[in-house]
Amino acid sequence: MTLTVDALSRSFGERQVLKDVTFSVAPGRMTGFVGANGAGKTTTMRIMLGVLAADDGRVTWRGEPLTREGRRRFGYMPEERGLYPKMTAADQVTYLGRLHGMTAADARRSTAALLDRLGLGERAGDRVEKLSLGNQQRVQIAAALVHDPEVLVLDEPFSGLDPLAVDVVVGVLRERAAAGAPVLFSSHQLDVVERLCDDLVIIADGTIRAAGSREQLRAAHALPRFAIEVDGNPGWLRDVPGVTLLDLGERRAVFDLEPGTDDQEVLRAALARGPVRSFGAVAPSLTEIFREVTR
Amino acid sequence: MTTLHAAKLVAARETRAKLRDKTFLFSTVFFLLITVATTVLPALLAGGPTKVAVADSAVAGALRDAGLDVRLVPDQATAERLIRADEVEAAVVAGPTVLALDEVPSDVVDALSTAPPVRLLEPDDVNPFLKIIVPMALALLFFFTSFTFGMQIAQSVTEEKQTRIVEILVASIPVRALLAGKVAALTLLAFGQIALIAVVATVGMRVADVDPAVVSLVGPAIGWFLPYFALGFVMLATLWAGVGALAARQEDIAGASMPLQMAVMLPFFAVLFLTDNEAAMRVLSYVPLSSPIAMPVRLFNEDAAAWEPIASLVLLAVSAAVFLAVGARIYEGSLLRTNGRTSFTAAWRSRSMTG
Repeated sequence: MTLTVDALSRSFGERQVLKDVTFSVAPGRMTGFVGANGAGKTTTMRIMLGVLAADDGRVTWRGEPLTREGRRRFGYMPEERGLYPKMTAADQVTYLGRLHGMTAADARRSTAALLDRLGLGERAGDRVEKLSLGNQQRVQIAAALVHDPEVLVLDEPFSGLDPLAVDVVVGVLRERAAAGAPVLFSSHQLDVVERLCDDLVIIADGTIRAAGSREQLRAAHALPRFAIEVDGNPGWLRDVPGVTLLDLGERRAVFDLEPGTDDQEVLRAALARGPVRSFGAVAPSLTEIFREVTR
Repeated sequence: MTTLHAAKLVAARETRAKLRDKTFLFSTVFFLLITVATTVLPALLAGGPTKVAVADSAVAGALRDAGLDVRLVPDQATAERLIRADEVEAAVVAGPTVLALDEVPSDVVDALSTAPPVRLLEPDDVNPFLKIIVPMALALLFFFTSFTFGMQIAQSVTEEKQTRIVEILVASIPVRALLAGKVAALTLLAFGQIALIAVVATVGMRVADVDPAVVSLVGPAIGWFLPYFALGFVMLATLWAGVGALAARQEDIAGASMPLQMAVMLPFFAVLFLTDNEAAMRVLSYVPLSSPIAMPVRLFNEDAAAWEPIASLVLLAVSAAVFLAVGARIYEGSLLRTNGRTSFTAAWRSRSMTG
């Protein structure tokens, strides 16, 4: 079930936007795809969906090169998304279901169920242009899910969503992942990605800078950084050789250790001055990892 | 799901959307009203037979036999008064002398004269009035349909681009299916509209009591017109879709489609102005852009040899195939470039889509 992107390259004119991009999306995992604007996220996802051709490389699913038939089982939400303004919500979602190969009856049934679940049951017969922006976004979500996809590829699924719709999308993504689907979503909101994803792929300037589970990345990019909480003022740390203070509070301090400095020495020095309430390594935040790998 | 199946779904949606579109319905009704007006109204407006006041009872019989509306009056003064009051168009008084206001009433004069028998050695089997009006009507029909439906293809493509739904569509079905479905739907709608106009025109001519000989004359011309129309329309249809894809917003369509508008307009006016120039018409009836208009005109006037329409149709079919390929390539090359207008060259060079 794994979805693999294998050595993709793509140029637009003189500008190479993807260079040898390789990563995989494991089944049952939520994979966050992060990068600055213009890093190559959308181009990669468009190639995965067959909307754009790669100059080189390929995309495989279940170990086989991805075909149009296979892609029909994908749920896709492009970054630039829209709907036919003059069609009703239900007609629209049903139509997109049929384009994915559903029978008319199946598409209608699935549309009704989805719109109900998204709280749009009563507006199903309204033209999209008459719906509020929030409701239009819900129809958009229904459009990506109507054919009960086995893989989800979502480009900035949370951008422009109201908080309620974000919750709905998160719920659906979790549910699909729990059912064993590979779920890939891109975002430039690192806090959202940090909260949601199991795995991470970081892209910058068209190259993959880091990929792996959140824990692996944290371990790999761990800094020699520690936090300590004591009863007295920890200002004395300033004078300990090998310690660089980053943050100093009344009872708390965060500091980096130079290579070769023993953290236990620092702990002992602290205990000698009074009770130590907590002492431990600080895991880097996603933002810090991102800054480091994209530098 | 096959490409054909996908194209059918697209065509069905497109047709339903158009049939609910007020602009489309309005233009159809407008065309039908024009058709009714041109077929039925002239007969209604022509009014009844000429009313003539007669003071000389000796000629009354002859006038009645000629189908005129005769009204007997006692004297010339009464007759003159009736003419001035516009109650009759003419009067016949003693002499006999024909009176009228400002125009010679030829039907009254004819009824009172004896014309020598006439025999034409080379009669024109096409009524000279029809000879002008029928090709004009067909050319106009092709021009308008090609133009309005072409514009609608472009608008429909731009709408999908502008509303950004296009990426979801091309991620689900092949781009060619999207293009084919759209072109097929609007071609069928164009034909549907023409068929409706033809039915209304035929019924109109029956109602208006037009000479059946005229109907039988127009028939074969329309028979040739149909294949020319179909090929001529389809030839440009994907190009219209292509320019629709070049534009990013509805406002860009007019500019992006300018060359195509010229390609529809210039042949129409060329045929219109060069109808009497036989050499020019021969050339125009082979040039693919003008042949759908020029060849039916030549056929109607019986200027073309039997093999000529076939040769010109083959030429038209070949160029239609080439134009289809060019239009499809432009369409595919520009469909996903949503940032502003795409240039023709950029679209041609782009190989963005996997197909």
